[in-house]
Order: sequence, then structure tokens, then C-alpha cells
Amino acid sequence: MNQILYVVTFSLLGFSLLKSKTKTQLALKKAWKSFEAMLPQILTIILVIGIIVAALSPSQIAAIMGNESGMLGVLIASLIGAITLMPGFVAFPLAATLLNNGAGLPQIAAFISSLMMVGFVTLPLEIQHFGKKAALLRNGLAFVFSFVVAFIMGMVL
Amino acid sequence: MKKVSLLKRYRSVLIMLFGYSILFFISSSLFEKAVDGSMRSLIELLIVVPPIFVLIGLLDVWVEREKMIKLMGPNSKGTGMFIAFLLGSVAAGPLYAAFPVAITLLKKGSSFRNVLVMLGAWSTTKIPMLMFEFSSMGTAFTITRFIINLFGILAIALISERVLSEQTMLSISEKYAEN
Repeated sequence: MNQILYVVTFSLLGFSLLKSKTKTQLALKKAWKSFEAMLPQILTIILVIGIIVAALSPSQIAAIMGNESGMLGVLIASLIGAITLMPGFVAFPLAATLLNNGAGLPQIAAFISSLMMVGFVTLPLEIQHFGKKAALLRNGLAFVFSFVVAFIMGMVL
Repeated sequence: MKKVSLLKRYRSVLIMLFGYSILFFISSSLFEKAVDGSMRSLIELLIVVPPIFVLIGLLDVWVEREKMIKLMGPNSKGTGMFIAFLLGSVAAGPLYAAFPVAITLLKKGSSFRNVLVMLGAWSTTKIPMLMFEFSSMGTAFTITRFIINLFGILAIALISERVLSEQTMLSISEKYAEN
């Protein structure tokens, strides 16, 4: 997957370079500037999340989100999903492990959904970009939506 | 522009690193797990995220505002939404990398609703993510969730557009509009 991203990026960059050197330089300068502007916050977030996730063991989480945990389990699953941040290649294997450890399916669906759509730790960053109202609204709606996902997944599967 | 010192900007990172060194002495097993977990996110940050920013830079420099307004502007209707959905779905990388993409789209004249659709797709129907989901959770889980998400993304975009007053959306768009 990453290879595709790199091939696309380098091809477009090559194209751009062929057409205009100054514009390409400008593009790269803008790229670096916006990347570096985010870097301190992102690094901090990553380090904070590292400790939070380390402190939670899969069997512990699975126990909280168990089959019998019901609505409360869904709520807790959504909350855990909202405050954590992890790449997909970590999240899905973890979700599968949790299921195998006894977590309930609706709870896992809620966890995944809010993990992907709600970003509590990146909220300050989102507010910087879109303002308080829009950022809170998107995250709030996404949080509520994770219950909908849990409910439907529980019924369908 | 006033330059804020590097040390000051990275202060919180340094504090966290200090926290990690304390953790090392308190519990080396917890420390190892924390390092392991953050290394994975770090790899994502250093490998997946930089090309996205290069693409943002290229988009910013090459795509004309008129073109973007036509493709994703307020009058782009279903086509604009479809493009937004596709754009978010083919994306790679964490949601925080989508914020600067969103800003660049707004700057170029995309409607706020389409930006919300892009953010929704980016957060949850990304194709690379679906691959991981397929292999870990199985087909039924993945497809069911995908279908629910299609409606969810649309609902969130439409509700946000309705709830946020015209003024709020304008102020966000105008904050970034070129010229």
C-alpha cells in the first residue's frame, strides 16, 4: 500500500519538476512547512498514547467490553476508541485479539468506529484547523454514530 | 513572522521523553510496551505522512481555484460529493494528516460539505484500512460496517452543514480562501 503512495507521489513530483522547477520547489517548501508545523503536537500525542495503550492489557479491555457488558460496554468501548489513536495495521489485529479474548461484537464495532472517526487527543489540532464549533460537532456526531454502528452490527451479525 | 524557539515548540515532546525515562526506572516492562506502541505510530508518521504533505503541496501549487470550485464547490452536487468520497477513500495515513488536506481543499474553493465527506471517508472507509479490516475481522464484518459508514459519513456531513450556521462555515472557508 505504501509503495503505491510513493509511486504516485514521485511520479507527480517528476511531472511537476518537468513542467516548472520553481513551482515544484514552492510545493515542497509548502509541504515541509505544514508538516513541520504539526510535528511537535503529533510527536507529543504519539508519546502520550504509547503509555496509555501500554497500560491497558488486551485481556483487561476484553473483560470490560465483554459479551455481557451491554450498553455500558459499548459506551466504554467508544470512550476507549475515542481517546486512543493507532494506525490501522495495529488497530484491526488488536480488535481481532480482543474478540478472541471474549469482547462482544457490538462493543468491538463501537471501539473501531470511534477509534477511526473520533480523535480526542487530536481535538486541539482539529480545533486549530476548523474552529471549536465544527471540530466539536464532527467529533460529537462521530461518537454518537459509533453507537449506531454497534447497534446495527449487533443486530445484523 | 516571529520565530518561536525550537526548544519552546518542542517543549511538550521533551517533557514526554522525560516521562518515558522516568517510566523506564519505574517499570521497564511498561516502558518497553509503550516504546513499542509509539514506535509503530512513529513509523506511520515518518513513512506514510510525508508523501501526503508533498501531494498537498503539489495540489496547492498546480490545481487552479476555478477548477476546484467547479469540481467540489457549492454547486458541484453529487459529483463533488463523489470526488470527495473517492479522495478520502484512496487516502492513506492517519486522520490528522487529513486536516491540512481539508484546509487546502477549502482554500481552493471546495464546499464545506464536501470537505466533511472527504474527512469522513478518510477516517473510516480508506481502502488500505479496509484491507486490514478484511484480513483481521472477516468479510461480513467489513462489508456491513462499510455500508453503515456510507450512510454515516453522509449523515454527519449533512447534519454538520445544517447545524453550523452559514456564518461559521463562511468564516472557516474565508479564513483559508486565497487572496
